[in-house]
Amino acid sequence: MNLAYRDARHGLGRFLLTCLGLGLLLGVVMAMIGIYRGLVVEALTVARAPAIDLWVVEANTRGPFAEASRIPGDLREAIARIAGVAAAGSITYQTVEARYRGAKLRLYVIGYEPTRPGGPPEIVQGRGIARSHYEMVADRAAGLGLGDRVLLGRSTFTIVGLTRNQVSSGGDPAVYITLPDAQKLQFDIAPPAQRVQSARGTDAVSRDTVNTVVARLQPGASVDATANTIQRWKHLSAITQEAQEAILYKSLVDLARRQIGLFTSLLLVVSAVIIALIIYTMTMEKLKQIATLKLIGASDRTIIGMIVQQALALGLIGFAVGVAFIVSIKDYFPRRVVLESDNVLVLGLVVFVVCLLSSGLGVRAALKVDPATALGG
Amino acid sequence: MNVETTDTPLVWLDHISKHFGEGETRVDALKDVSLQVFPGQLVALLGPSGSGKTTLLNVIGCILDPSSGSMELDGELVVRDGCWLRRDLRRLRLDKIGFIFQFHNLLPFLDATDNVALVLQLAGADRASAHKRAVELLDYLEVGHRQNAMPAKLSGGEAQRVAIARALANRPRIILADEPTAALDSKRAQIAMDLLRKVAIEQDAAIIAVTHDEKIFDRFDRIFQLRDGELDTR
Repeated sequence: MNLAYRDARHGLGRFLLTCLGLGLLLGVVMAMIGIYRGLVVEALTVARAPAIDLWVVEANTRGPFAEASRIPGDLREAIARIAGVAAAGSITYQTVEARYRGAKLRLYVIGYEPTRPGGPPEIVQGRGIARSHYEMVADRAAGLGLGDRVLLGRSTFTIVGLTRNQVSSGGDPAVYITLPDAQKLQFDIAPPAQRVQSARGTDAVSRDTVNTVVARLQPGASVDATANTIQRWKHLSAITQEAQEAILYKSLVDLARRQIGLFTSLLLVVSAVIIALIIYTMTMEKLKQIATLKLIGASDRTIIGMIVQQALALGLIGFAVGVAFIVSIKDYFPRRVVLESDNVLVLGLVVFVVCLLSSGLGVRAALKVDPATALGG
Repeated sequence: MNVETTDTPLVWLDHISKHFGEGETRVDALKDVSLQVFPGQLVALLGPSGSGKTTLLNVIGCILDPSSGSMELDGELVVRDGCWLRRDLRRLRLDKIGFIFQFHNLLPFLDATDNVALVLQLAGADRASAHKRAVELLDYLEVGHRQNAMPAKLSGGEAQRVAIARALANRPRIILADEPTAALDSKRAQIAMDLLRKVAIEQDAAIIAVTHDEKIFDRFDRIFQLRDGELDTR
C-alpha cells in the first residue's frame, strides 16, 4: 500500500495546487535561466553570422562591437590576397531608428557585399539582396513583412527577404543592406552640412570606410599565422573569431550576464527554501498521523518512504508544470529565451536534490515524533 | 461482570516504577505498580490528570521505558529490572498489542478497509489476504457495509468500530484503549463497550482502558485507581 500516493490522492486538489504553485515558481527560474542564456546567444549571434575566421579592425581597437573601428573599405582586396585567405568582405554595423506604421523601430543595420562574406546566414522567407541599392533583408523580430518599405536616412528600402534570430547584443533586430547603401547611411551628411564641408574644401574625402573586414580562411590555413601577417600592418588589428566571441562575452554582456546570473541564483535559493517549507509543512500537518502509524507498528522506513516519495512527486510534477509553462510562453518574451536541454536537466537535478534535502527536514521531524502522542486528545 | 480465571495473565507488571528527571526535578510517575490482567478481562484505569494513567498505558504499550521492575506480555518476559529484553519494540507492539484511541485516529486518506488492512500489511501480510481479513473484521464488528467509506464519512460509532477492527487485525491478545468512549454519546458508548466485551470473550483478549466515563464503569471487570503514581484496586 503506497501511503504517499494515497495521501496525495486524498487531498488531490490541494496537492495539485501546491504542485502548480511550485511549477510556476520553477517556471520563473527557468525563464531567468533562459533569459540569461538568450543574452549570451544574442550577443554572439551577429558575430557568428558571417561564419568567418578573422576580424580585421582599426589598430589598437577591439572592434567592431566592443569599440568603434574605422578602416578603408578597399582594404578587403589586400586582405583577400594574403596567403591562406579564401574570401574577404567589408562590413559596417550601426544602430538606427526608423518609423514604421507610425511606431518607432530600432534596427541594427548591417552593410555587406552580397558576393562576399558578411551576409545573413539564412533566408527563411523571400530572397537575398539581388540589386545594388534599396533592398533589405530583415530579421522577423523587426515585425516587417516582404514588400514592406522602410525609410532609413534619406533612402527607402524594400524588404525582399526575412531571416531569423539575427539580433544585436542589445536585442535590436538586424537588417541587412548593401555596403554602399550602408556607407551612405552611416557616412553621408545632411545637405546643409555638406555645403559647409564643400566651402571648407574637405568634401573630397572618400566615404569608402567600413567598420571591419572579415576573412574566411582556406581549409588547413593557420588562423594565428594569418593574423600575425595582418598585424604587421601597423594600422590594423586582427582578431580571431574565438577572441571576438570572448570580447563580446566579457565586454558587452558580462555585467548583464552577472546581474541576471546572480538574480537567477537568488531565485534558485528562494525556490529551494520554499520547496523545503512546503515539504516541512506537509510533514508537520501529518505528525498525529505519523504518531499513529508508529504506534500501530509502521517502521521508520515506511514513514521515511511516505515523506520522501511525496516530496519527489511534488518536485517532479512541479518541474513538469514549470517546463510546460515556460515552453508555452517563451516566444512571447520581447528578447530571446533560450532553453537548452542541459540547463533544464541541471535544474531538474537541482530540484531533485532540493526535494531530497528538504524531505530530510520533514523526515527528521517525523522520526522525532513520539508514538505516545497518538494517545490522548 | 467478573471473569474468574485461572489462566496465565496476559499482562503482568511486577513492581514497575517510572520516574522522569533526577534530583530536585525528579517526578515519580509510577511507583511500584504491580498488576495482572487475564484473558477475557476488561480493566479500567481511573485517576485524575497527572496520576500516571497514560504513563502506565505507555509502559504496557511498549512506548515508554520503565525505570525499574519487570513486565510480561502474553507469556513473554519483555522487561526485566527496567531493561527491555527485546530490541524491536515496534515488532513487539505489532505482534502483541492493539491500540484503540480516544478519537479513533483512523488515517484520513485510507478507507475503512485499508485502515484495517494497513496494520496487517505492516506485519507482512500480502495485499489480498490483508484485504480479506480486514473485510471479515469489519463484518464481525457489524460495520462491513461501510468498508469503502473514508473516515470523514463515518459516524463516530462507525469510526470507533473500524478503529477496534484495526486494533484486532493482527490478533493481538492485549488491547489498550485510551478513552475509547470519550467521543461517543452514551448509547454508542454502551454499544462500544458491548463490542469490547465481545472481543475480550471471543478473542480471549485482555482489554485495558483509561477512562473518565462514569457511565461505563459498571462494564469493567476490574477498576484500578491511580493516585500520584500508585495503584489502588477499587
